[in-house]
Amino acid sequence: MPIEFPILNFFALSPIIVVIVLALIVMVVDMLSQDKTALGYLSALGLLGALIPCVTLLNQTKSPTFQNMVVSDGYAVVFYIIFIIAALLSILIALTYLEERGMQQGEYYILILLSTCGMMLMAASTDLIVTFLGLEIMSIALYVLAGFNRRLISSGEAGLKYFLLGAFASAFFLYGVAFIYGATGSTNIHDIGTWFTDNPSYQSNPIALVGLALLIIGFAFKVAAVPFHWWTPDVYHGAPTSATAFMAVGAKAAGFAALVRILSISFGGVFTVQWQVAISLLAVITMTGGNIAALAQKDVKRMLAYSSIAHAGYLLVGVAALPPTGDELYRVQAVSGLLLYLMSYTFINIGAFAVVALLEKRGEIGTKLSDYTALSTRQPFIAFVMLLFMFSLTGIPPFIGFWGKWYVFWAAVDAQLSWLAAIGMINSAISAFYYLSVVVQMYMRTEPAGDEAVPIALPAPIVVTVAVTAMFTLLFGLWPTPLIDLMSLGMFG
Amino acid sequence: MIGAVPLSYYLLLSAILFTIGAGGVLIRRNAIIILMCVEMMMNAVNLTFVAFSSYLDSATGQIFVFMIMVVAAVEVAVGLALLVELNRHKEAVNIDEFNSLKG
Repeated sequence: MPIEFPILNFFALSPIIVVIVLALIVMVVDMLSQDKTALGYLSALGLLGALIPCVTLLNQTKSPTFQNMVVSDGYAVVFYIIFIIAALLSILIALTYLEERGMQQGEYYILILLSTCGMMLMAASTDLIVTFLGLEIMSIALYVLAGFNRRLISSGEAGLKYFLLGAFASAFFLYGVAFIYGATGSTNIHDIGTWFTDNPSYQSNPIALVGLALLIIGFAFKVAAVPFHWWTPDVYHGAPTSATAFMAVGAKAAGFAALVRILSISFGGVFTVQWQVAISLLAVITMTGGNIAALAQKDVKRMLAYSSIAHAGYLLVGVAALPPTGDELYRVQAVSGLLLYLMSYTFINIGAFAVVALLEKRGEIGTKLSDYTALSTRQPFIAFVMLLFMFSLTGIPPFIGFWGKWYVFWAAVDAQLSWLAAIGMINSAISAFYYLSVVVQMYMRTEPAGDEAVPIALPAPIVVTVAVTAMFTLLFGLWPTPLIDLMSLGMFG
Repeated sequence: MIGAVPLSYYLLLSAILFTIGAGGVLIRRNAIIILMCVEMMMNAVNLTFVAFSSYLDSATGQIFVFMIMVVAAVEVAVGLALLVELNRHKEAVNIDEFNSLKG
């Protein structure tokens, strides 16, 4: 029997391949060079290069490749762009942040790049095996990044907590996949969907339903949805701020990338009522829980951790709005709303974390709200961009965060989930309290007498990050059309 | 088909193993035992996969088991490294003693 070689379309995966090769190059250069900062610049440049094949792929006809294991459709490519931007900006934060705290090591950049590969695989995968591998490639690199600051016990603690709960969540995810496989005989996302269509008598199969429930629990851990969120504040608080920025944005986006694809393709026609109800309930408690806990925080980094839980809740509103069977137009709306939200969240949140990194004290977790007192007189530019980010996170027009929320809630209304959108809006109003308290602290409080103002150093790479994210926040807030057009390309192939 | 033992027995056994593992993660306070409990959950999943694979006469499940075994090994390596690193700061394996993060 002749051996048949499968047709492998390497071009479809070129962004992932570029990032993997880049990680390997950085690994080799790391051994040869003493200048670790240069590695960071090399990684950043390489990631910029990885955007080029993404742009080419956006205009390609899409077809699954690698034995239907992955597909580079518009949906995946838009996520590639989100992950690459997140990695790029967080590397720029890390360059001086690590240097100042004595942890400038090449491994940091390698791990960020490998984690990005995992995220990209999750977005592209059409088989649960690849989803699982992508999830683990991403997570294992993130566990190490969270514990990267070896001088602080809090960082190691963050790493260990993230690791234990992450592995716990993976087990749930896997058990879910095992049941889905047992019920349908396949791990391919499309085949699972087709199997249910072909076998209508199995459409209420309890094994598949249990599998789906466990799968959703696994993802709920990964995207930090209440009640599976306990690890989030500690991990985000203890990890180096540059790594927190990356995982808050990247890991969340990757989790949603895989979840949305699986729910809408495999389970677009079965158990729709069940998962829609489950996701809606998760959304409600995640938004409310995250926001209420954030109100009590006296530490900006921890407050942003809770706010990221709340944002996972708003995103879950968008997932719940993925309509059951049929209406393609509504699905396009919901998916592009989610993509827009994630893209804008990437810019705003990394910008906010960059400001936190800039003001953070050395040798401890120095991110207290009181450190921001009268920042407007000490550093007017930094205070102003932080104000932009806080307004944007609240969802106040005309900043970019508003448009993300607008489209996600609109999708919910179209999906007859107006009550969910209403709860989302109430929650946005609650969130204004704690976001604006940072602004009040910066602009309306005067510095306590006798406290000599510590001069704030402004290293160039972080200032560039802050300026770029602030510019996008403002520019696309006023003129969102190009971004919305890009997101409407992000459809399943 | 799995010889004389019906599929449901395998599923029941793996469900019991998974529950013991999950319960252990939630109840035990020793980080290494928690790690072992997670491994137990993974192996319960492996058993489920192999049982279904044999029942359905499909190889996918067994391939998946290999992937899980590799990932589990990697997770142990990373997890123990993190724990060793943490032990430099504080000689403890009890997760309740790692409480520098609060809020």
